[in-house]
Amino acid sequence: MSEYNNIMVYTEVAGEALSALSIELLGCGRKLADDLGQDLCAVLVGTKVSSLAQAAITYGADKVYLVDDPLLKDYQSDSYVSVLEKAVTQAMPQILILGQTAVGRDLAPRLSFRLGTAAVLDCVQLTIDPDSKLLLQTKPVYGGNALAIYTCKSYPQIATVRANVMSHLEPNTSRQGEVIIIEAALDPSAVRTRILEKVPESIEGIKLEDAKVMVSGGRGIGDADGFKHLEELAGLLKGAVGATRPSCDNGWVPSTRQIGLTGKIVTPDLYIAVAISGASQHLSGISGSNTIVAINKDPDANIFKEAHFGIVGDWKKVLPAFTTKLKEILSRA
Amino acid sequence: MKMIVCIKQVLDPEAPPASFKIDPLSHKMVLPAGIPPVISSFDECALEAALRIKDTTGGKVTVLSLGTGLLRNVVKKPLAMGADNLVLLEDEAFDGGDSWSTAYALSRAIKKIGSFDLIFCGRQADDWDAGQVGSGLAELLDLPSITVAKKIDITKDKARVERITDGGHEVVEVDLPALITVSSELGPPRYTTLEGIMTANQKETTILKPTDIGVEASQVGASGRRIDLQKIFQPIREGNCEFIVGESLEEAGANLAMELRKAKIL
Ligand SMILES: Cc1cc2nc3c(=O)[nH]c(=O)nc-3n(C[C@H](O)[C@H](O)[C@H](O)COP(=O)(O)OP(=O)(O)OC[C@H]3O[C@@H](n4cnc5c(N)ncnc54)[C@H](O)[C@@H]3O)c2cc1C
Ligand SMILES: Nc1ncnc2c1ncn2[C@@H]1O[C@H](COP(=O)(O)O)[C@@H](O)[C@H]1O
Repeated sequence: MSEYNNIMVYTEVAGEALSALSIELLGCGRKLADDLGQDLCAVLVGTKVSSLAQAAITYGADKVYLVDDPLLKDYQSDSYVSVLEKAVTQAMPQILILGQTAVGRDLAPRLSFRLGTAAVLDCVQLTIDPDSKLLLQTKPVYGGNALAIYTCKSYPQIATVRANVMSHLEPNTSRQGEVIIIEAALDPSAVRTRILEKVPESIEGIKLEDAKVMVSGGRGIGDADGFKHLEELAGLLKGAVGATRPSCDNGWVPSTRQIGLTGKIVTPDLYIAVAISGASQHLSGISGSNTIVAINKDPDANIFKEAHFGIVGDWKKVLPAFTTKLKEILSRA
Repeated sequence: MKMIVCIKQVLDPEAPPASFKIDPLSHKMVLPAGIPPVISSFDECALEAALRIKDTTGGKVTVLSLGTGLLRNVVKKPLAMGADNLVLLEDEAFDGGDSWSTAYALSRAIKKIGSFDLIFCGRQADDWDAGQVGSGLAELLDLPSITVAKKIDITKDKARVERITDGGHEVVEVDLPALITVSSELGPPRYTTLEGIMTANQKETTILKPTDIGVEASQVGASGRRIDLQKIFQPIREGNCEFIVGESLEEAGANLAMELRKAKIL
């Protein structure tokens, strides 16, 4: 396997720039590359994305494999897997890192099966084993009730990484790097899916991922009306409303508000969990919060193991009084 | 419409977090004896997706499950919900697999089952949260795949699928046959009915061994793995919550506001 060298990061584009997660991944990849004494490559795929190659270099890449083609405007498994297969075959990286995004979680497994290797998804830590030099891939399993560390015997070792668990490098615009162009040479008929429509989430107010304060409600809120109290509080704190899976499944809030393992991962300064039991799958999405406040009528609820402040009691009594007091405090400030 | 739904029997993911323990000998996750296994939750959604198509356009739903120690009342639940027949890949050789060896064995079983229009999987299994067997299976069977679907409409030989993306969803069309992985946003799976439970036992269950699908025992289960589990451990939750109290719950609520202010959190 000695012909495999270097670390490769698959970078995604958000709007006109590299996504924040891609920049984190470059930071993580840089560290692994330095540990192994290897180069860091980025692979950048899309339509009219060539201007972002320098950004990848600025954030740590030594080389950028660029695939720019009109047919790559939207992510589709067939086209992107074939392009990534090409890039990997040319660059022969030992490690390929992607983000745990809608794209990464679709692309990584399919690509790994195509290449005859394996992937580990949703990693929260990547390090090099000092003895074997293999990539140690740590990921939550059993809904976050445990963590597993995997290694993969075949190259490239492919991992997707969860947002907000790695730190990015400070940008350095004087960094130099090489840009290598790969022709996509796609056969349009080999792309077996067609995107008919893209429907953006209708989020009023602040995006969950950007909110500094979040007020989330669980099954114990009881109905859609109950969430009005949470919205009032979130509005007061210029925050956003989130929810657990049961609250979404019951239709009290749109499913785009789900926080957790299979919802959104959030990292607010303050997370207020109201009538949420604290299942591991939910905690998975909030463990990066600075302060967690829990209101739950069950003193043994698991959420209190994660919370910094808690009140045991009926939220219907606690929350309005909390909101009223806050209003008073904030109006004085 | 011929449909195949892949379901996995797993430890109940909704068991209280404190009841999950790692068995020091086998390094496997275990739950107390009183908590029975269940069908992985997204697989029930996958089944629901297939049954909705069966309800509207008709068709046959075959359920496929690989594992050892499969409890009949668990793996037969899909039959009670409305699936037509059950195929079990049940053998010690299949034990301890990863996404690769599982997808490989499932792909061979699907070839054996023969023709199909749609394969459904859950987006990820509730135990290892790997999230790979669906895409892997599509790759091995050379099928187009659409992952993390929340709505599926069938028109003749095409599927129109709403798939969840980071910023919303997209509507994707694909010619059949195809593979779709399903997420909980599809909506809750149906309940079993008494009638369903009564007819489930009359439906056909086939058990396949490695030789039946033309694979060596060394290619499946733990021997066919491509990733190695080096370690499994449970994070320790500190549990240093400061409980805020008051004469009444209302007062506790007000005190919380003041406490957060004092701590400069708000
Ligand atoms: C593979 C998988 C992925 C999952 N992904 C997610 C995910 O991404 N996000 C997610 O949230 N869940 C997820 N789940 C579901 C998760 O396992 C739990 O079922 C869910 O988080 C529980 O939600 P809850 O806390 O709202 O409900 P419950 O567990 O039912 O808790 C309700 C709580 O409300 C309290 N309560 C009730 N009434 C009141 C009252 N009047 N005042 C105060 N407290 C009250 C109760 O004491 C209880 O603790 C997933 C599950 C699986 C299997
Ligand atoms: N042992 C199994 N038997 C049947 N289907 C499975 C099995 N393992 C995984 N699957 C299917 O593949 C999906 C993804 O599983 P995983 O990649 O293990 O997270 C599951 O939701 C199931 O639909």
